[in-house]
Amino acid sequence: MAQLLSPLPGTFYRKPAPDKPSYKNDGDKVAKGDVIGLIEVMKSFTEVRADAAGKIKFLVDNEEPVMAGQALAEIG
Amino acid sequence: MAVNVIKPGLSTTVQDLGRPGYYNIGIPLSGGMDRLALKAANLLVGNKEGTAVLEAVFMGPELKFAEDATVAVTGAELPPRVDGEPRETWTSFKVKKGQTLSFDFLKKGARAYIAISGGIDVPVVLGSRSTYTLGALGGFKGRKLEAGDKLPVGKGRGAKEGRTIPEKLRRAPGAPAELRMLPGLYWHRITASAGKHFFEDTWKVAPEADRIGYRFRGGRPLEFVPREQPFGAGSDPSNIVDACYPYGSIQVPGGTEPIVLHRDAVSGGGYFMVGTVVSADMDLIGQLQPHTTARFVEVTMAQALKARKDQAKLYEKLKASL
Repeated sequence: MAQLLSPLPGTFYRKPAPDKPSYKNDGDKVAKGDVIGLIEVMKSFTEVRADAAGKIKFLVDNEEPVMAGQALAEIG
Repeated sequence: MAVNVIKPGLSTTVQDLGRPGYYNIGIPLSGGMDRLALKAANLLVGNKEGTAVLEAVFMGPELKFAEDATVAVTGAELPPRVDGEPRETWTSFKVKKGQTLSFDFLKKGARAYIAISGGIDVPVVLGSRSTYTLGALGGFKGRKLEAGDKLPVGKGRGAKEGRTIPEKLRRAPGAPAELRMLPGLYWHRITASAGKHFFEDTWKVAPEADRIGYRFRGGRPLEFVPREQPFGAGSDPSNIVDACYPYGSIQVPGGTEPIVLHRDAVSGGGYFMVGTVVSADMDLIGQLQPHTTARFVEVTMAQALKARKDQAKLYEKLKASL
Protein backbone atom coordinates (compact mmCIF):
# COMPACT_ATOMS: atom_id res chain seq x y z
CA MET A 1 0.00 0.00 0.00
CA ALA A 2 1.43 3.36 -1.02
CA GLN A 3 -0.02 6.53 0.42
CA LEU A 4 -0.79 9.35 -1.96
CA LEU A 5 0.07 12.64 -0.22
CA SER A 6 -1.45 16.05 -0.86
CA PRO A 7 1.07 18.41 -2.47
CA LEU A 8 -0.82 21.47 -1.18
CA PRO A 9 -3.02 22.73 1.62
CA GLY A 10 -6.56 23.58 0.53
CA THR A 11 -9.90 21.92 -0.17
CA PHE A 12 -9.96 18.44 -1.68
CA TYR A 13 -12.51 17.59 -4.36
CA ARG A 14 -13.13 14.12 -5.65
CA LYS A 15 -15.05 15.24 -8.73
CA PRO A 16 -14.22 17.63 -11.61
CA ALA A 17 -17.46 19.61 -11.07
CA PRO A 18 -20.32 19.47 -8.54
CA ASP A 19 -22.68 17.83 -11.06
CA LYS A 20 -20.12 15.33 -12.35
CA PRO A 21 -19.35 11.84 -10.99
CA SER A 22 -16.25 11.24 -8.89
CA TYR A 23 -12.96 10.71 -10.72
CA LYS A 24 -12.49 7.42 -8.90
CA ASN A 25 -14.35 5.37 -6.29
CA ASP A 26 -13.02 3.14 -3.55
CA GLY A 27 -11.84 -0.13 -5.04
CA ASP A 28 -11.34 1.27 -8.57
CA LYS A 29 -8.14 0.39 -10.38
CA VAL A 30 -5.94 3.38 -11.10
CA ALA A 31 -2.89 3.75 -13.32
CA LYS A 32 0.10 5.92 -12.47
CA GLY A 33 -0.70 9.45 -13.65
CA ASP A 34 -4.52 9.13 -13.40
CA VAL A 35 -6.25 12.17 -11.95
CA ILE A 36 -7.93 11.18 -8.68
CA GLY A 37 -9.02 14.60 -7.39
CA LEU A 38 -8.46 18.36 -7.22
CA ILE A 39 -7.04 20.68 -4.58
CA GLU A 40 -8.50 24.18 -4.52
CA VAL A 41 -6.38 26.97 -3.11
CA MET A 42 -5.97 30.66 -4.07
CA LYS A 43 -8.77 30.45 -6.66
CA SER A 44 -6.94 27.78 -8.62
CA PHE A 45 -7.45 24.04 -8.91
CA THR A 46 -4.49 21.67 -9.00
CA GLU A 47 -4.98 18.12 -10.24
CA VAL A 48 -3.83 15.32 -7.97
CA ARG A 49 -2.46 12.35 -9.89
CA ALA A 50 -1.83 8.80 -8.74
CA ASP A 51 1.87 8.18 -8.19
CA ALA A 52 1.46 4.41 -8.28
CA ALA A 53 -0.82 1.83 -9.92
CA GLY A 54 -3.29 -0.40 -8.10
CA LYS A 55 -6.61 -0.32 -6.26
CA ILE A 56 -7.48 2.99 -4.63
CA LYS A 57 -9.00 3.63 -1.21
CA PHE A 58 -9.76 7.24 -0.28
CA LEU A 59 -8.85 8.57 3.17
CA VAL A 60 -10.36 12.04 2.67
CA ASP A 61 -13.93 12.93 1.69
CA ASN A 62 -15.12 15.29 -1.02
CA GLU A 63 -14.79 19.00 -0.03
CA GLU A 64 -12.71 18.21 3.06
CA PRO A 65 -9.93 20.62 4.08
CA VAL A 66 -6.46 19.09 3.73
CA MET A 67 -2.93 20.05 4.75
CA ALA A 68 0.20 19.67 2.62
CA GLY A 69 1.69 16.20 3.11
CA GLN A 70 -1.61 14.72 4.35
CA ALA A 71 -2.49 11.26 3.03
CA LEU A 72 -5.39 11.53 0.55
CA ALA A 73 -5.66 7.90 -0.50
CA GLU A 74 -3.98 4.52 -0.39
CA ILE A 75 -3.07 2.80 -3.62
CA GLY A 76 -1.97 -0.82 -3.77
CA MET B 1 24.60 33.77 -13.83
CA ALA B 2 21.25 32.10 -14.10
CA VAL B 3 18.98 29.73 -12.29
CA ASN B 4 16.86 27.42 -14.40
CA VAL B 5 13.32 26.70 -13.36
CA ILE B 6 12.64 22.95 -13.64
CA LYS B 7 9.32 23.06 -11.76
CA PRO B 8 7.71 26.37 -10.85
CA GLY B 9 5.75 25.43 -7.70
CA LEU B 10 2.18 26.68 -7.30
CA SER B 11 2.77 30.42 -7.58
CA THR B 12 6.41 31.45 -7.22
CA THR B 13 7.08 35.13 -7.84
CA VAL B 14 10.01 37.53 -7.66
CA GLN B 15 9.49 39.95 -4.76
CA ASP B 16 11.49 42.64 -2.99
CA LEU B 17 10.19 45.22 -0.50
CA GLY B 18 7.69 46.56 -3.04
CA ARG B 19 6.89 49.72 -5.00
CA PRO B 20 5.28 52.30 -2.73
CA GLY B 21 4.27 55.60 -4.33
CA TYR B 22 1.82 54.54 -7.04
CA TYR B 23 -1.14 53.32 -5.00
CA ASN B 24 -2.99 56.57 -5.77
CA ILE B 25 -3.13 55.53 -9.44
CA GLY B 26 -4.17 51.97 -8.59
CA ILE B 27 -0.77 50.26 -8.57
CA PRO B 28 -0.40 48.41 -5.28
CA LEU B 29 2.64 48.09 -3.06
CA SER B 30 3.38 44.46 -3.96
CA GLY B 31 6.55 42.96 -2.46
CA GLY B 32 6.92 40.07 -0.04
CA MET B 33 3.91 39.41 2.21
CA ASP B 34 6.19 38.46 5.13
CA ARG B 35 8.70 41.30 5.06
CA LEU B 36 10.68 40.24 8.12
CA ALA B 37 11.29 36.78 6.63
CA LEU B 38 12.22 38.30 3.25
CA LYS B 39 14.78 40.62 4.85
CA ALA B 40 16.18 37.81 7.01
CA ALA B 41 16.69 35.57 3.95
CA ASN B 42 18.67 38.31 2.23
CA LEU B 43 20.87 39.04 5.24
CA LEU B 44 21.65 35.32 5.65
CA VAL B 45 23.12 35.09 2.13
CA GLY B 46 24.97 38.42 2.37
CA ASN B 47 22.55 40.51 0.27
CA LYS B 48 21.13 43.90 1.17
CA GLU B 49 17.81 43.51 3.02
CA GLY B 50 15.64 44.65 0.11
CA THR B 51 17.21 42.54 -2.64
CA ALA B 52 14.79 40.63 -4.89
CA VAL B 53 14.10 37.03 -3.77
CA LEU B 54 11.60 34.33 -4.69
CA GLU B 55 8.35 34.05 -2.76
CA ALA B 56 6.99 30.49 -2.97
CA VAL B 57 3.52 29.82 -1.64
CA PHE B 58 2.45 26.40 -0.24
CA MET B 59 4.76 24.49 -2.60
CA GLY B 60 8.41 24.98 -3.48
CA PRO B 61 9.88 25.23 -6.97
CA GLU B 62 12.68 23.05 -8.35
CA LEU B 63 15.65 25.13 -9.46
CA LYS B 64 18.88 24.15 -11.20
CA PHE B 65 21.85 26.42 -10.60
CA ALA B 66 24.22 27.38 -13.44
CA GLU B 67 26.79 28.87 -11.01
CA ASP B 68 27.75 28.47 -7.35
CA ALA B 69 25.62 30.53 -4.95
CA THR B 70 24.67 30.93 -1.30
CA VAL B 71 20.98 30.32 -0.58
CA ALA B 72 18.70 30.74 2.45
CA VAL B 73 15.03 29.80 2.89
CA THR B 74 13.00 31.62 5.55
CA GLY B 75 9.35 32.20 6.44
CA ALA B 76 7.31 29.03 6.07
CA GLU B 77 8.78 25.65 7.08
CA LEU B 78 9.32 24.46 3.52
CA PRO B 79 12.32 22.15 3.95
CA PRO B 80 14.94 22.67 1.23
CA ARG B 81 17.01 19.91 -0.39
CA VAL B 82 20.17 20.21 -2.47
CA ASP B 83 20.44 17.28 -4.89
CA GLY B 84 18.05 15.48 -2.52
CA GLU B 85 20.07 16.18 0.66
CA PRO B 86 18.08 18.03 3.36
CA ARG B 87 19.10 21.53 4.45
CA GLU B 88 17.86 23.68 7.35
CA THR B 89 15.48 26.60 6.92
CA TRP B 90 16.55 30.02 8.28
CA THR B 91 20.16 29.00 7.64
CA SER B 92 22.53 29.80 4.76
CA PHE B 93 23.84 26.96 2.60
CA LYS B 94 25.81 26.60 -0.62
CA VAL B 95 24.41 25.36 -3.89
CA LYS B 96 27.07 24.45 -6.44
CA LYS B 97 26.98 24.83 -10.19
CA GLY B 98 24.85 22.04 -11.65
CA GLN B 99 23.07 21.24 -8.38
CA THR B 100 19.30 21.27 -7.96
CA LEU B 101 17.40 22.97 -5.15
CA SER B 102 14.05 21.35 -4.39
CA PHE B 103 11.62 21.30 -1.46
CA ASP B 104 9.73 18.87 0.73
CA PHE B 105 6.05 19.27 1.61
CA LEU B 106 5.14 22.38 3.52
CA LYS B 107 5.31 21.75 7.29
CA LYS B 108 4.20 25.10 8.73
CA GLY B 109 3.30 28.60 7.51
CA ALA B 110 2.41 29.49 3.95
CA ARG B 111 5.14 31.50 2.20
CA ALA B 112 8.83 30.72 1.95
CA TYR B 113 11.41 33.29 0.90
CA ILE B 114 14.28 31.92 -1.18
CA ALA B 115 17.21 34.34 -1.25
CA ILE B 116 20.10 33.73 -3.64
CA SER B 117 23.41 35.60 -3.25
CA GLY B 118 23.49 38.44 -5.78
CA GLY B 119 19.68 38.64 -5.89
CA ILE B 120 17.21 37.96 -8.69
CA ASP B 121 18.26 40.42 -11.38
CA VAL B 122 15.03 41.16 -13.24
CA PRO B 123 14.48 44.71 -14.56
CA VAL B 124 13.41 47.39 -12.08
CA VAL B 125 9.89 48.60 -12.91
CA LEU B 126 8.64 51.76 -11.15
CA GLY B 127 11.37 51.42 -8.55
CA SER B 128 10.95 47.75 -7.71
CA ARG B 129 11.57 44.21 -8.97
CA SER B 130 8.39 42.91 -7.30
CA THR B 131 5.84 41.01 -9.36
CA TYR B 132 2.28 42.34 -9.57
CA THR B 133 0.68 39.48 -11.49
CA LEU B 134 -2.78 41.04 -11.82
CA GLY B 135 -1.23 44.01 -13.64
CA ALA B 136 1.45 41.88 -15.41
CA LEU B 137 4.01 44.27 -13.97
CA GLY B 138 7.56 43.79 -12.70
CA GLY B 139 9.16 40.53 -11.62
CA PHE B 140 9.93 37.91 -14.26
CA LYS B 141 7.90 39.06 -17.29
CA GLY B 142 5.14 40.26 -14.98
CA ARG B 143 4.05 36.74 -14.05
CA LYS B 144 4.65 33.78 -11.77
CA LEU B 145 7.50 31.44 -12.72
CA GLU B 146 6.97 28.69 -15.28
CA ALA B 147 8.98 25.59 -16.11
CA GLY B 148 11.80 26.47 -18.52
CA ASP B 149 12.31 30.03 -17.28
CA LYS B 150 15.91 31.20 -16.96
CA LEU B 151 16.08 33.50 -13.95
CA PRO B 152 18.85 36.10 -14.13
CA VAL B 153 20.84 36.34 -10.90
CA GLY B 154 23.14 39.24 -9.99
CA LYS B 155 26.73 39.03 -8.88
CA GLY B 156 27.35 38.60 -5.19
CA ARG B 157 30.11 36.87 -3.28
CA GLY B 158 27.63 35.30 -0.92
CA ALA B 159 27.99 34.85 2.81
CA LYS B 160 29.42 31.68 4.29
CA GLU B 161 27.43 28.56 5.03
CA GLY B 162 25.72 27.89 8.33
CA ARG B 163 24.69 31.44 9.27
CA THR B 164 21.41 31.05 11.11
CA ILE B 165 18.63 33.10 12.74
CA PRO B 166 17.87 32.00 16.34
CA GLU B 167 14.42 30.46 16.69
CA LYS B 168 13.13 33.10 19.10
CA LEU B 169 13.63 35.76 16.40
CA ARG B 170 11.56 33.90 13.81
CA ARG B 171 8.04 35.26 14.04
CA ALA B 172 5.17 32.90 13.20
CA PRO B 173 1.40 33.10 13.77
CA GLY B 174 -0.11 31.25 16.75
CA ALA B 175 -3.24 29.09 16.61
CA PRO B 176 -5.49 30.97 16.43
CA ALA B 177 -3.39 33.77 14.91
CA GLU B 178 -4.00 37.03 16.77
CA LEU B 179 -4.30 39.93 14.35
CA ARG B 180 -4.28 43.31 16.02
CA MET B 181 -6.55 45.87 14.38
CA LEU B 182 -7.47 49.47 14.76
CA PRO B 183 -11.23 50.14 14.28
CA GLY B 184 -11.72 52.48 11.32
CA LEU B 185 -13.78 55.36 9.99
CA TYR B 186 -16.78 53.17 9.21
CA TRP B 187 -16.93 51.39 12.58
CA HIS B 188 -20.19 53.22 13.33
CA ARG B 189 -21.91 51.34 10.50
CA ILE B 190 -22.20 48.15 12.57
CA THR B 191 -24.18 47.70 15.79
CA ALA B 192 -22.46 47.56 19.18
CA SER B 193 -23.21 43.84 19.51
CA ALA B 194 -21.84 43.15 16.00
CA GLY B 195 -18.67 45.04 16.99
CA LYS B 196 -18.38 42.88 20.09
CA HIS B 197 -18.76 39.52 18.39
CA PHE B 198 -16.44 40.53 15.54
CA PHE B 199 -13.63 40.38 18.12
CA GLU B 200 -15.05 37.41 20.06
CA ASP B 201 -15.43 35.07 17.09
CA THR B 202 -12.75 32.79 15.71
CA TRP B 203 -12.42 33.09 11.95
CA LYS B 204 -11.05 30.63 9.42
CA VAL B 205 -8.87 31.46 6.42
CA ALA B 206 -10.81 30.81 3.20
CA PRO B 207 -8.97 28.78 0.52
CA GLU B 208 -9.23 31.65 -1.96
CA ALA B 209 -7.06 33.96 0.23
CA ASP B 210 -4.17 35.29 -1.86
CA ARG B 211 -1.74 38.20 -2.29
CA ILE B 212 -4.59 40.60 -3.07
CA GLY B 213 -6.66 39.84 -0.01
CA TYR B 214 -7.04 37.33 2.78
CA ARG B 215 -10.66 36.25 3.15
CA PHE B 216 -11.91 34.85 6.45
CA ARG B 217 -15.15 33.04 7.24
CA GLY B 218 -16.90 31.30 10.09
CA GLY B 219 -17.72 34.22 12.39
CA ARG B 220 -21.23 35.54 12.96
CA PRO B 221 -22.54 37.95 10.25
CA LEU B 222 -22.29 41.64 11.16
CA GLU B 223 -25.50 43.54 11.75
CA PHE B 224 -25.62 47.07 10.34
CA VAL B 225 -27.09 50.21 11.86
CA PRO B 226 -30.10 50.98 9.62
CA ARG B 227 -29.76 54.03 7.42
CA GLU B 228 -30.94 55.39 4.11
CA GLN B 229 -28.02 54.64 1.75
CA PRO B 230 -26.36 57.93 0.71
CA PHE B 231 -26.29 59.07 -2.93
CA GLY B 232 -23.57 57.17 -4.80
CA ALA B 233 -23.47 54.20 -2.45
CA GLY B 234 -24.73 50.76 -3.50
CA SER B 235 -27.91 49.33 -2.03
CA ASP B 236 -26.35 46.74 0.28
CA PRO B 237 -25.91 48.00 3.85
CA SER B 238 -22.19 47.12 3.58
CA ASN B 239 -21.85 49.56 0.67
CA ILE B 240 -20.43 53.06 1.06
CA VAL B 241 -19.75 55.89 -1.35
CA ASP B 242 -16.46 54.75 -2.99
CA ALA B 243 -13.43 55.34 -0.80
CA CYS B 244 -9.73 54.54 -0.66
CA TYR B 245 -8.80 51.11 0.65
CA PRO B 246 -5.65 51.18 2.78
CA TYR B 247 -3.21 48.24 2.79
CA GLY B 248 -4.36 46.13 5.74
CA SER B 249 -7.94 47.41 5.69
CA ILE B 250 -10.69 44.90 6.47
CA GLN B 251 -13.77 45.08 4.28
CA VAL B 252 -16.77 42.88 4.98
CA PRO B 253 -18.96 42.62 1.85
CA GLY B 254 -22.53 41.84 2.89
CA GLY B 255 -21.34 41.76 6.51
CA THR B 256 -20.36 38.09 6.24
CA GLU B 257 -16.72 37.45 5.27
CA PRO B 258 -13.95 39.86 6.30
CA ILE B 259 -11.24 40.40 3.67
CA VAL B 260 -7.89 41.89 4.74
CA LEU B 261 -6.27 43.58 1.75
CA HIS B 262 -2.60 42.63 1.38
CA ARG B 263 0.40 43.58 -0.80
CA ASP B 264 -1.42 43.34 -4.18
CA ALA B 265 -4.49 45.19 -2.84
CA VAL B 266 -7.05 47.03 -4.93
CA SER B 267 -6.82 50.71 -4.05
CA GLY B 268 -10.46 51.65 -3.69
CA GLY B 269 -14.09 50.64 -3.88
CA GLY B 270 -17.50 50.71 -2.34
CA TYR B 271 -17.37 48.41 0.69
CA PHE B 272 -17.19 49.71 4.24
CA MET B 273 -14.11 48.76 6.26
CA VAL B 274 -14.35 47.77 9.92
CA GLY B 275 -10.74 48.72 10.53
CA THR B 276 -7.14 48.09 9.58
CA VAL B 277 -4.74 45.36 10.68
CA VAL B 278 -1.62 46.93 12.22
CA SER B 279 1.43 46.88 9.95
CA ALA B 280 3.35 44.72 12.44
CA ASP B 281 0.88 41.85 11.97
CA MET B 282 0.64 41.90 8.18
CA ASP B 283 3.66 39.53 8.02
CA LEU B 284 1.71 36.97 10.07
CA ILE B 285 -1.20 37.00 7.61
CA GLY B 286 1.21 36.05 4.83
CA GLN B 287 1.98 32.85 6.77
CA LEU B 288 -1.63 31.67 7.25
CA GLN B 289 -2.66 28.46 5.53
CA PRO B 290 -6.22 27.93 4.34
CA HIS B 291 -8.57 26.57 7.03
CA THR B 292 -6.34 27.80 9.88
CA THR B 293 -7.88 30.02 12.55
CA ALA B 294 -7.47 33.68 13.43
CA ARG B 295 -8.95 36.27 15.77
CA PHE B 296 -9.02 40.03 15.48
CA VAL B 297 -7.79 41.89 18.56
CA GLU B 298 -8.77 45.53 19.07
CA VAL B 299 -5.94 47.99 19.70
CA THR B 300 -5.62 51.75 20.08
CA MET B 301 -3.42 53.94 17.88
CA ALA B 302 -0.83 54.07 20.70
CA GLN B 303 -0.76 50.26 20.89
CA ALA B 304 -0.52 50.02 17.09
CA LEU B 305 2.50 52.34 17.04
CA LYS B 306 4.08 50.40 19.89
CA ALA B 307 3.58 47.17 17.88
CA ARG B 308 5.33 48.79 14.92
CA LYS B 309 8.24 49.80 17.16
CA ASP B 310 8.47 46.31 18.65
CA GLN B 311 8.56 44.81 15.16
CA ALA B 312 11.41 47.19 14.22
CA LYS B 313 13.25 46.18 17.40
CA LEU B 314 12.82 42.50 16.56
CA TYR B 315 14.44 43.19 13.18
CA GLU B 316 17.33 45.05 14.85
CA LYS B 317 17.89 42.03 17.11
CA LEU B 318 17.76 39.73 14.12
CA LYS B 319 20.39 41.84 12.33
CA ALA B 320 22.58 41.91 15.44
CA SER B 321 22.38 38.11 15.75
CA LEU B 322 24.25 37.64 12.47
